[in-house]
Amino acid sequence: MRGVVGVLALQGDFREHKEALKRLGIEAKEVRKKEHLEGLKALIVPGGESTTIGKLAREYGLEEAVRQRVAEGSLAVFGTCAGAIWLAREILGYPEQPRLGVLDVAVERNAFGRQVESFEEDLFIRGFSEPFHGVFIRAPVFRRLGEGVEVLAELGGLPVLVRQGKVLASSFHPELTEDPRLHRYFLELAGF
Amino acid sequence: MEKGTFQIKTGFAEMFKGGVIMDVTTPEQAVIAEEAGAVAVMALERVPADIRAQGGVARMSDPKIIKEIMAAVSIPVMAKVRIGHFVEAMILEAIGVDFIDESEVLTPADEEHHIDKWKFKVPFVCGARNLGEALRRIAEGAAMIRTKGEAGTGNVVEAVRHARTMWKEIRYVQSLREDELMAYAKEIGAPYELVKWVHEHGRLPVVNFAAGGIATPADAALMMHLGMDGVFVGSGIFKSGDPRKRARAIVRAVAHYNDPEVLAEVSEDLGEPMVGINLDQLKEEERLAKRGW
Repeated sequence: MRGVVGVLALQGDFREHKEALKRLGIEAKEVRKKEHLEGLKALIVPGGESTTIGKLAREYGLEEAVRQRVAEGSLAVFGTCAGAIWLAREILGYPEQPRLGVLDVAVERNAFGRQVESFEEDLFIRGFSEPFHGVFIRAPVFRRLGEGVEVLAELGGLPVLVRQGKVLASSFHPELTEDPRLHRYFLELAGF
Repeated sequence: MEKGTFQIKTGFAEMFKGGVIMDVTTPEQAVIAEEAGAVAVMALERVPADIRAQGGVARMSDPKIIKEIMAAVSIPVMAKVRIGHFVEAMILEAIGVDFIDESEVLTPADEEHHIDKWKFKVPFVCGARNLGEALRRIAEGAAMIRTKGEAGTGNVVEAVRHARTMWKEIRYVQSLREDELMAYAKEIGAPYELVKWVHEHGRLPVVNFAAGGIATPADAALMMHLGMDGVFVGSGIFKSGDPRKRARAIVRAVAHYNDPEVLAEVSEDLGEPMVGINLDQLKEEERLAKRGW
């Protein structure tokens, strides 16, 4: 694969996403301000602390610029964990928390509990022939899915990987394992 | 379903990167830190500057205070235990703290041994002044490292020294031939396997934050330029004139450390910084960084 993908680099594990992209032959570009979005057709929002990422993205016009590009259909977005929370239309219990709102779900933060409850588990992802090792860290889950939101993986009956158009969101961290399949899936979704 | 694996612990630390972790002593301060954009808070009874001023034995904080802070914010909460005091760590794990700092800021409980951190589900961060010390802590199960700096001084010079030393030694390990690694491992008192990992990867196997003496947005950005993954701010925020503004400014300075225009903007009109201590005025026995082995 060839091309350039943006990685939101305000806070979180953006280095791991850059490395995952590099392994697929894709160049990663760090995005910190709205002008960095120019020319990009795909953006990854990393894991991190969702309240921090949300606050920093609201500044320097980045949140609005990403929202506009996704609405136009000219930008595909993949959010992992905190990144997924940022994409959601609603954050349960935290109505004031800054978010993009492009994914029609209500997300529940820390749905499995605090850090001592964080875990690893194999998942079955629709369309993948082999299980995918999921790393869940203070992970969220998706609740109240809107029309047009497709569930690609569940854990104990709870959606943990969802897609709506060119927006992809996971509760877990594919960037922390060396399995390239989910990044490749996103790149195909984005038209690479 | 596997919990408390090393991957889960180090992965959690990865999520703090590019962020600021702030010392807080009350739920109100924790809320200010969260609103400013902190990625986590360190719940304490006293900030290091007060521990230094008041003297006496500094211990783990009252679990009641830590639980109140955990209830006040949605971001992760860390808390400190004394070096080697594994029962304090058992208590913090039992109340559900997200990360434990085995810290030289508190009075050490063991002058020879650190905690066996593999025994815990909760991840640990430990201080280090150089590569050998960092790798010993990682071998004991630490999932995150921070520079020791010199806590409670508002003086960044020791954190800079520790960050530069760490990278200098990492670059040196990279320059060695493979058959020279064992002798170097012996010299710095670090496990061979970890020295070999650093030789191959050119960095520590876990996230490495700056800590100890960071008081301004410029200090925080300096530490990022020196290759640190993020910043702890102890006394620097709530011992300053306008904590709300300074906390916010330091968060922006870490995210945009490479953008001088943003740094200039956030450094403006922050009110009084904490009063600093020059290191040459500290007696040898007052230096916290010397604790830990």
